[in-house]
Amino acid sequence: MVTFQFIPFQEIENLGSAKRVNKLLNIVKENKIVLMEGRLKKQEEADLIEITMEEISPKFKGIELSVVYPNKSKQDFGQKVKGTFANILLGDRQGMTIIGPASVIKRIEQNPNKIELFTKEAKTPPAKRYRKKK
Amino acid sequence: MGFFKDLLSKLKFNPFARKSHVKLGLYGPPNGGKSTLANRICQDWLGEEMSTVSHIAHETREIKIKEQVNIKNKKGKELTFSLVDTPGIATRIDYEDFLKRGMKKKQAKERAKEATKGVIDSIKWLDEMECVVVVLDSTQDPYSQVNITIIGNLQARNIPVLIVANKVDLKKSNIDVIKAAFPQYEVVGVSAKYGKHVEDFYEMLFKVAK
Repeated sequence: MVTFQFIPFQEIENLGSAKRVNKLLNIVKENKIVLMEGRLKKQEEADLIEITMEEISPKFKGIELSVVYPNKSKQDFGQKVKGTFANILLGDRQGMTIIGPASVIKRIEQNPNKIELFTKEAKTPPAKRYRKKK
Repeated sequence: MGFFKDLLSKLKFNPFARKSHVKLGLYGPPNGGKSTLANRICQDWLGEEMSTVSHIAHETREIKIKEQVNIKNKKGKELTFSLVDTPGIATRIDYEDFLKRGMKKKQAKERAKEATKGVIDSIKWLDEMECVVVVLDSTQDPYSQVNITIIGNLQARNIPVLIVANKVDLKKSNIDVIKAAFPQYEVVGVSAKYGKHVEDFYEMLFKVAK
C-alpha cells in the first residue's frame, strides 16, 4: 500500500527554510509520499538533498523528488503578470512537488506534461496453495 | 583607487578586472562522465589525468582540484582554469546497489557513506564556482529533478552554465532532448571518452566563461 500526504502551501508558508525541509523529510521518513502544493525555493531544494544525504542509513535510502511547474515560456504577457502578482501576494503556490522515500518509489519520470511514478513491488511471500483434501 | 577596486570586486562588479583565471566546476548526476571529461581536459592541456573513472556510480566521492589548467581557443586566446571535479549529485544512495555490482558488504556500506558526504560537499562548493559545466549523459532522460535543481541553483547564484551532453558516441544518445529541456543554455555534445567534438566544447567554454 502506498500512502500519500497532501501538504497545502499554507501549512509551510510561515516556516523558515530549515523547518520546511525538515517537515517534508520527516513525513517522507514515515514512508509516505508527499504531495505539496507549490514548490520549494531553489536553495531549499538543494538543502533538501543535502539534509537527505545526512540522514541516509541502511534503513533510509534517500528520496525521489519531482516538481511540476507551469512552463512560463508558454505563458503570454498577461499570464506572466498575473503569476508574478499571485506569487508576491500568496507565495509560490504554482505547481506541485512530489517527494517520496526511495524505498517506495523506484523512479519518477518527468517530462513537461506528465509525471510517471514507478513504485517498488512490495516483497510479499508467495501465497500458499492448498490442495483440497479428497 | 585600491579601495574602489576592492569594493567593486566585493560587489562582483569590477570593470578593471580581466577575467583570465576561472574556477570551473564540473557538476552533474553520477555516471554522467564528469571525471572522464576532467581527464580529457587535463590530458589535452597538461598531459596527465586527474581522476579515476569507473562504471560503478559514485567513483568520485571527494572534490578534486587541478590548478593552472591553461586552455587556448582557436583564436589563440588563453584562459587559466582551476578545474574542480565534483562527486555526482543524487537524492538516493543505496549500499545494496553496490552489492549488486559485486562489492562486499563492508566495502559497499563504506562507499555509500563516502558518496553521501560527496554529495553534501558538491552542494556546499556551488558557491565557490565562477563557471560550471553540467555534464549530462545524453543517453538518459534529462528531465530529472536533480538536473533541474543543480541548474536552478546555478541560475539563482548567477553562475554561467555550459551543458555538456556527453556520450554522443553511443547509439541511444539524444542531444535534442537535452536542448529542449534546457533551452536557455548552451548545449554541446561530446564524447569525453573518445575526444569527439571536444574542440567545440573548448570554444563554447570560452564563450560562456569570459
